[in-house]
Amino acid sequence: MLTKRIIPCLDIKNGRTVKGVNFLELRDAGDPVELAKIYAEEGADELVFLDITATNEKRKTLVELVEKVAEAINIPFTVGGGISTVEDVSVLLAAGADKVSVNSAAVRNPQIIKEMADEFGSQCIVVAVDSRKVGDRNIVHTHGGSKPTELETEAWIQKAVKLGAGEILLTSMDHDGTKAGFANELLSKISSLVNVPVIASGGAGNMQHFCDTFTNGKSDAALAASIFHFKEIGIPELKTFLKNKNIPTRI
Amino acid sequence: MKVAIIKYNAGNIKSVMLALKRLGIEGNLTDNPDEILAADRVIFPGQGEAKSAMKYLRERGLDKVIQSIENPFLGICLGLQLLCSHSEEGDTECLGIFNAKVKKFPDDLKVPHMGWNIGSLSEDIIFQGIKSPAYFYFVHSYYAEVCTQTISQTEYMLPFSNVLKKDNFYAIQPHPEKSAEAGQQFLKNFLFEL
Repeated sequence: MLTKRIIPCLDIKNGRTVKGVNFLELRDAGDPVELAKIYAEEGADELVFLDITATNEKRKTLVELVEKVAEAINIPFTVGGGISTVEDVSVLLAAGADKVSVNSAAVRNPQIIKEMADEFGSQCIVVAVDSRKVGDRNIVHTHGGSKPTELETEAWIQKAVKLGAGEILLTSMDHDGTKAGFANELLSKISSLVNVPVIASGGAGNMQHFCDTFTNGKSDAALAASIFHFKEIGIPELKTFLKNKNIPTRI
Repeated sequence: MKVAIIKYNAGNIKSVMLALKRLGIEGNLTDNPDEILAADRVIFPGQGEAKSAMKYLRERGLDKVIQSIENPFLGICLGLQLLCSHSEEGDTECLGIFNAKVKKFPDDLKVPHMGWNIGSLSEDIIFQGIKSPAYFYFVHSYYAEVCTQTISQTEYMLPFSNVLKKDNFYAIQPHPEKSAEAGQQFLKNFLFEL
């Protein structure tokens, strides 16, 4: 049976892992290559590296870091942050990334999703979406969640999948940093609208939250950062917990 | 030990090279028939599309080279599918090492089949030392049917071939180079135990 994936997210700034609450107040959480190795050994199913300052500061994701990570670990990983062209994707995949995630650039120019998927295959193109409630609508935000767009989250994700997105990484800005659980209502709605895997992100605070997003949220994978980096939840204990709750889990 | 990795128009070669490096082997990425035929082990990886991949191999005579290899040979992912008789992807005649047909998953569930799933284990030496249940990392939209050469199965909507074997030819649908301990042990067995 296909298992639900647990994905530690390593937010990268200046080559170090950081995680802020609501994307602010960054704290240093260690060396990304070492952290990646530890997570792979502990049983993480996949890793995501997000160069969180890339869009704002117009920096390209560190290819060198990707090369070091690819050498060090034997599980798949995704790289995101400031990726805007087919050339960016080509460089990162050649450096050893398994997938790339695009966010702001896809909102600016949706056709870029199609160009990337046609060139490299949908399976390695993840579209990351930062969503925040505005009134009773879910609205896509860009630039690390700071800029609202005109797009409704549900419609945008459907369009992204039509254009060739192979996976959706959906972060709820309302839940991110709260540790009050994932945005399961929205996640479950998205999962029923599209036929590609959906990664839940934002709001993980305890082990039950992961269980909830796999059942109520119908998520295929769940991503978290600080609770793993600061060892509030260990990956082995989380996986045992999920297995005991009858969630298909790789142990 | 000389390990040749067949160079053709399919992606995902780098991670295979790196997985070999972690096992102390410097793989030789090549499309030179002499180098491929002289290698102790040949790996045929790949992610991509069947029709254009077969066309590329035929144009360079690599189809005949692969069919004549006598040393241990390992197809991975698209490599497995190209070793089968026929693929629904682009209605493509493939290399015919295995008699399985390659079909597209029905769209009852999410496609591609992406993530970690269990492969059954058997007595074959290729599975030596792999702990049960053995989880492998998959990313694919097409699958090889179960046939008499299937030595491991996986299930996603239906049972399909996880590992195929015929004489010196092995093939695996998931990515052993990305499948943590189980994948590493599988590659180790292929390199050092056959």
